[in-house]
Formats: sequence, C-alpha cells, structure tokens
Amino acid sequence: MSHLRRPAPRELQPTSFAFTPENMDRAKKIIAKYPQGRQQSATMPLLDLAQRQTEGNWVPTVAMDYIADMLDMPAIRVYEVATFYTMYNLAPVGQNFIQVCTTTPCWLRGSSDIVKMCKDELGIGIGETTADGKFTLIEVECLGACVNAPMMQINDDYYEDLTGESTRNILDTLKRGDKPKAGPQSGRRGCEPIDGPKVLKAFCGCGAADQPAEPKDGEA
Amino acid sequence: MLQDKDRIFTNLYGFQDFGLKAAQGRGNWDGTKGLIEKGQDWIIDEMKASGMRGRGGAGFPTGLKWSFMPKESDGRPHYLVVNADEGEPGTCKDREIMRNDPHTLIEGCLLASFAMRAHAAYIYIRGEFYHEASNLQRAIDEAYDAGLVGKNACGSGWDFDIYLHLGAGAYICGEETALIESLEGKKGQPRLKPPFPANAGLYGCPTTVNNVESIAAVPEILRRGGAWFSSFGREKNHGTKLFAISGHVEKPCTVEEAMSIPLRELIERHCGGVRGGWDNLLAVIPGGSSVPVLTKDVCDDVLMDFDSLREVGSGLGTAAVIVMDKSTDIVYAIARLSEFYKHESCGQCTPCREGTGWMMRMMQRMVRGEATLDEIDLLWDVTKQVEGHTICALGDAAAWPIQGLIRNFRPEMERRIKEYRARIAA
Repeated sequence: MSHLRRPAPRELQPTSFAFTPENMDRAKKIIAKYPQGRQQSATMPLLDLAQRQTEGNWVPTVAMDYIADMLDMPAIRVYEVATFYTMYNLAPVGQNFIQVCTTTPCWLRGSSDIVKMCKDELGIGIGETTADGKFTLIEVECLGACVNAPMMQINDDYYEDLTGESTRNILDTLKRGDKPKAGPQSGRRGCEPIDGPKVLKAFCGCGAADQPAEPKDGEA
Repeated sequence: MLQDKDRIFTNLYGFQDFGLKAAQGRGNWDGTKGLIEKGQDWIIDEMKASGMRGRGGAGFPTGLKWSFMPKESDGRPHYLVVNADEGEPGTCKDREIMRNDPHTLIEGCLLASFAMRAHAAYIYIRGEFYHEASNLQRAIDEAYDAGLVGKNACGSGWDFDIYLHLGAGAYICGEETALIESLEGKKGQPRLKPPFPANAGLYGCPTTVNNVESIAAVPEILRRGGAWFSSFGREKNHGTKLFAISGHVEKPCTVEEAMSIPLRELIERHCGGVRGGWDNLLAVIPGGSSVPVLTKDVCDDVLMDFDSLREVGSGLGTAAVIVMDKSTDIVYAIARLSEFYKHESCGQCTPCREGTGWMMRMMQRMVRGEATLDEIDLLWDVTKQVEGHTICALGDAAAWPIQGLIRNFRPEMERRIKEYRARIAA
C-alpha cells in the first residue's frame, strides 16, 4: 500500500508476546501447510493469529519479532508484510471494529448515509475510537458484497443491504452488548433478488424449475 | 435464456446446505474417479473444446493456459493456485461459490491439479471473507474425511492436497504474481514476466493461477463435455457465466446466465430493470471497476461477452455490472474509483505509485469543476503516461475508467468547469 502505515508509538507497545498453547498448536498446523523450508509462507496467517490473540485486536511490534523468530526470518521481512496489508492493525482498535465500504457500488446504494449514521450514533469521526473503547470506525475499499450494497464489516461479520435505520439498530444492539444478526438486513438470504429467486426455484424450495417471469419493458 | 438444468452453480443462493451430502445430491463428486481415469490430455482437450475463457477478468483460454504447464516434472513439484482474492469493485460472485457451493471448487481443484500434474493446490482467499473461508475449510475437511482428496484421491491413485491461505486486505494480490509473492509470505508486489508462472511460479515451481469460477465450473464441463459448455454464447465467448448486477437496478442480484446475453435483457429479466425504467439509465460499468463506462445508447443493444464489450471500448472483466441511473454524479462515481486505485497501488512502479495520486487529485477537482478546460486533456495525458508503463495491469485499471469518463462524459466535465469559473468570476 502506498499510504503510510507505521507501528504504534512506543508507549503503546507491550514488551512481550507469546502464543497461547492453543494458538501454538494452531501455528504449528499452519506452518505444516507449506513445504519444508518454505515456512515464510506462514507469515500472514501467524500475523492474523497474533492479532486475534492480542487485546485490542492489533499486532504489536514484539509479536512481529516473535513470528520472525518462529519462522527463522529477519524481523524486517515480517515488518514489511505487517505494514503492507491493511487488515493488520498496527495500533489497538475498539471491541467493535466497524469498516464501512464506500467504494462506488456501495456509494451508489447510499453508503454516505451509512457513514453519517455511524458518525452520528457513535459521536466519532472516521479513524476514531469511542472513549469507552467499544467502537472504532473506518471507511474501507470494496469488500466484495456489491449486490448486497451498502454494507459494512464489523469484526468478522458482514452486515449487508443496510439502510440508515438498520445501521442504527445494529449499533444499538452492539451498544447493549448483544450481537446483531449478521448478513443482509433486508430479509433476503444472500445474493438472490430481494423478492426471492427468479431462477433455481426448485433448488431454493420455492417453486418449480426454470421459467422466470417475462421481462417487462423498463420495469420500475 | 439459460435454463436451470444448464446452471452449474445450483446452490448459488444458499438455500441448501453447502456440505458434502447436499452437494452430492446436487451432482457434485459424481464419477470423479472416472474423469481422472480418462487422463490428463483428455481433460485439457475437453477444457479447450469448452471454449472457457478465464473468469477472473483477463479472459485467457483456460485449456490453453493449462497446456503451458510442463508435461513431465523436472523434479520440481507443480502447483495449482486458485485466485479467490475477489476484490474488483462490483465483483461478488466467487464469494457465493465458496460459501454456498464450495464442493464445486474443491472437485475442480482436484481435476485441474491432476490435469496439470500438481499434487497440491492453494486457494488464496481474501482475508475479509472470514465466513466464506470457514465454509470452504469445512468442505475441504469433509472431502478429506470422505477420501475425495488427500492420498489416493477418490480412489484414483492420485495424491492431492488442498490448502486455504487467507489474504489480508490488498487488492493487488488479485494479480497472479503478486498473489504468488503474498502466498510466499511477502508483500504483494507483482513480478516481472517472463518468467511466467507456468515455468517459475510458486516457490519457483511450475504454477497455474486460475480464478475460482473457472475452476469450479470444471467438473460439470468434464461430466457434460466441452461441447455442452461451448453451446452457450457466441463464437470465442462460450459458456455459462456468473453475472453480479449492482447499483441502480430495482433488485440487485447475482445470476448464472449464458454468455453473450444482451445487457438490457440481463438487467430487465433478472434485476427488475433499471431504477425508474430503462430510459432513466445514465451509464453502466459492465465488468468491474477497471473497465471503461458505457453510455446508455451503447447499453441498449450490447451483448455481455468479451469480444462484444471490447468492440465498444470496454470489457467483460469479471462480469460485475455496475448500473448508474440519471441521478448519478458520474464524475464522482469515477473519482471514487480513482481513490480506490490510489489506495491499492502497491507502490512498486513509479508511474502507478505517483500517477494514481495525480489522477485521484485531478479527479477530485473535476468533481467540483475546480479546473481549467485544458486540464481535461492533461488528465487524459496522465492516464496515457500510466497505461502500459507498469509491471502489472493495476496502472491500466486506474487509467481506463478515467479515459472512459472523458470519452463518454466530456461535456459534463466541461459544464462543471464552466460553472465553477463563472462562479469565481462573479
């Protein structure tokens, strides 16, 4: 990435890191996916594992050093990977890490309203974290759910087919400490049309095979 | 119009379980061993006969690409790498395969790997697709447990391992050599070609990188025959294809259709039409953000295939159709893409690293009209300095949307500039 991504300032950096026994098992399985001598391939999955283990959902520099040792590589090779890929947080983020997609397909479907609702409801701007540490808000590039736009990702979950109102409901639920239902908020299951599948009906348990309705010219 | 019996991805909408039992009920893993027994040459010949062109954007013939792999190993292992780094704005089709129909992909990996004499496949999936990766991994685990992959896969005598590797938020890793770099644990920066991956790819070994949809279609193509697949679409543009239609349509959706379907039919038959009716259409980006925008008069009768869209100065790309009605600020829509490419440039080549920034900043001024008329030509010139002067196609991809805008919507750009200049003069 050509924009600057730098590790968090020294005062935020912990002084030690080690995988938990559970994560050490996971790490060994990850390393075993790659051929002998190609353990460097495990850099990315181990950074992800370290991030998931770290309070604040980020990768401290000491964790990068730990991974470099584990994989027998120069630390700089891990630093350059950690700073290149945007999913590695280089400083702590809130418990709910909100990433609103604002790339063109989401923008066309109203992502500006979603961003505004998040800002208003959380009282923070882009790149900021609420004082209670519960929410961090950022804008991101295309998350690959464009037919379910607009959408946002919160931690590992996609929330799709958003409106201002459903966005507020999701945030309210999170504020209460509950987990909102992930996926499309519109009632549809996935990427089928909003009023139900027009094809594959027999596979969707909603009708006989094949024929969709005849198209209406300029149907509105 | 394509009938359900000819659709490959029958669980596209995920109403059935993605697991092995349901997948077998849909016909996956049927007679896989028999397909392998027909041999490598037969598989590659069927893929050539199918006319399949790669579904990841570039549209290179899949069977031909496979035939570039060495016929004999020189001691180095061969690899299949599946590009599941779906990140081209507008594109969200591979996601559906991986979360709802993952066994099509796993079976395809086995058949493709066997054909290319690879005993291992790596699927590189974008890191944001956490749940898609989770479903896919569960499906892989099931396939191992059932003996479909692993040692003596499907009882065929071929040993085959399949691994998932998660990315971490870099669009550039959709470029095949950047993807290989990333899989090796490095920054995702594209390699100079040659050598091509078929000679020196992953770990310096013969490697083929294919898109998810290309590989997932393979089992059905082999079961039904290349001639079946090639019976859809026009000459040199064959097969069925997943189309993802987003933006200003009544009902955005993803659907598998025959190649060469008219764009208008695709939108009206499957998406309930353009919001406000066909005459309310302003423009369409027909193949993901990298391809130039089309105006309505072209959309009226253009066909959705590689050659038809190339003839009108655009491209099929990933078949991600982004529809914009007349309420759209078309200059902003493209400027936002410029911001995307600026964000995603890996920084390796100067024309792209610097050029994407220049283009983004100029486009942001064009949105407000804060420019002079001759700066439109200057902007065009900048796109031409970037296009074709970088290692990978990201530079081209950043240039083309702007070129499409200038070619098709120059009067709108000029109007904004004139209004702005009149405003500051007053």
